[in-house]
Amino acid sequence: MATTQTKTAARFMMSPAILLLLGWMIIPLSMTIWFSFQRYNLLMPGTEEWAGWLNYRYFLTDPAFFSAMANTLLLVGGVLFVTVVGGVLFGLLLDQAIYGQGIVRILVIAPFFVMPTVSALVWKNMFMNPVNGLFAWIAKLFGFAPFDFLAHAPLFSVTMIVAWSWLPFATLILLTALQSLDSEQKEAAEMDGAGPVSVFIYITLPHLARAITVVVLIETIFLLSVFAEILVTTNGGPGYDSTNLTYLVYSQALLTFDVGGASAGGIIAVILANIVAVFLVRIVGKNLES
Amino acid sequence: MARQITQRRKLFFTALAWTLGMLIFFPILWTILTSFKTESEAIASPPSLFFFSWTLENYTEVMERSNYFRFFMNSVVISVGSTLLGLLIAVPAAWSMAFSPSRHTKNILMWILSTKMLPPVGVLVPIYLIFRDYGLLDTRTGLVIVMTLINLPIIIWMLYTYFKEIPGEILEAARMDGASLAKEIIYVLTPMAIPGIASTMLLNVILAWNEAFWTLNLTAAKAAPLTAFIASYSSPEGLFYAKLSAASTMAIAPILIMGWFSQKQLVRGLTFGAVK
Repeated sequence: MATTQTKTAARFMMSPAILLLLGWMIIPLSMTIWFSFQRYNLLMPGTEEWAGWLNYRYFLTDPAFFSAMANTLLLVGGVLFVTVVGGVLFGLLLDQAIYGQGIVRILVIAPFFVMPTVSALVWKNMFMNPVNGLFAWIAKLFGFAPFDFLAHAPLFSVTMIVAWSWLPFATLILLTALQSLDSEQKEAAEMDGAGPVSVFIYITLPHLARAITVVVLIETIFLLSVFAEILVTTNGGPGYDSTNLTYLVYSQALLTFDVGGASAGGIIAVILANIVAVFLVRIVGKNLES
Repeated sequence: MARQITQRRKLFFTALAWTLGMLIFFPILWTILTSFKTESEAIASPPSLFFFSWTLENYTEVMERSNYFRFFMNSVVISVGSTLLGLLIAVPAAWSMAFSPSRHTKNILMWILSTKMLPPVGVLVPIYLIFRDYGLLDTRTGLVIVMTLINLPIIIWMLYTYFKEIPGEILEAARMDGASLAKEIIYVLTPMAIPGIASTMLLNVILAWNEAFWTLNLTAAKAAPLTAFIASYSSPEGLFYAKLSAASTMAIAPILIMGWFSQKQLVRGLTFGAVK
């Protein structure tokens, strides 16, 4: 069926998309690699020269890099933990027969559609603010001193805000996976005397395994690049306490204009993301075959 | 007896689900309510949930003071523009991969997916410099280009999974009946493809509307969309909770409504067909 003519037509139809993506990947990425070996600061034009591995050595031995790595891992890990556990629980809850299921689902999904700058500022000012925030009011109601979340627990606060935005995503996907679970299998197990806990461990959880993996991988890709939430709440501070890798590269590039150093950091971020991407691509690829 | 238990169980889970659902939704509800308060009521202690004197003054003030409409239009142009441009490029590509696949199709699809994994900071510096040199910084054109490119993989993938579901036999049947390629496309394929294209469009407008890395880094004043406008509230002077709420409500309302319509597509679009 696939004649030479249709083959040529297919290639012709595909080429704009492929060429654009290829250009988008190769041109800037090779520029980043080139810059990462240069001494290049926008504030000192004319001093550009080959720097070898110097940018990498500076970036990788900078104490800020270690805090940024630790913060990145804590942020990604914390959000993944909250959203996957919460997503499974919400998924199970919404999978029950309840009144107004559609409305509850809408309520739970809503945070995903709130733009990052809005969710960050709303949480920062109206909830976490130690003077006028709702949390401070609740604390005072119970006789506690208000807690300044963003000053004393900046990374935890950012994690909470981001987790709130991503819980809907995990819930939605896990719920979709739950709804495809064959109910006969569950009924049979219940008939044989299995309690709800063992049904969950031996039937539901294995069924969810792949959906959970997908949630973890996709969220990781997005969470490695959390940026706006940090920018508008803490600016990465105090010190480097809430600076992640993305924010560190941003501040080197657009605040201190160190093109070389920022590029080295960018390449490290690319390598990190690729480790995750390999697994994700493999899972999606397996699915494509079946 | 058994029915009574299931009824009680249903009521219990209903109460639990509604409570937790309201808890998750509360920050949004609170923002919407605060937007109708005066600034002093917005920080009043104890806070009032519904019983305050409702006012629209925050909305009028935000509109007047900050040229809100321009930011809104920037958001519309960038998200809709990049989606339409993306569809224009992606529809032929997804089409040919779904209907005349070759032995490379799978690899190409996987490669397209992998381009989405590129972290933005990996290309931030060169994109910024290229944009600076070509005068694209703080322009709608520049942002439409970037937004098209970062969402193109998702658009192609979503369209591909939708097109894949159109049965090939229907084409053969049309061909048997003597339909030409043009007729085939206009009368047979297009009507079947439109729902998928519409869903793809919806999801991508949402994603582009909320994108907050490139929009914050590549715009200043002229082309700044709502994400950047709201970010300008991060260093406030004086009382501002009610105005922040009004601005936020206006920024999220259209997308919230579109989002509720696109729940199902969201799963498909963001998992690349790995969860159905």
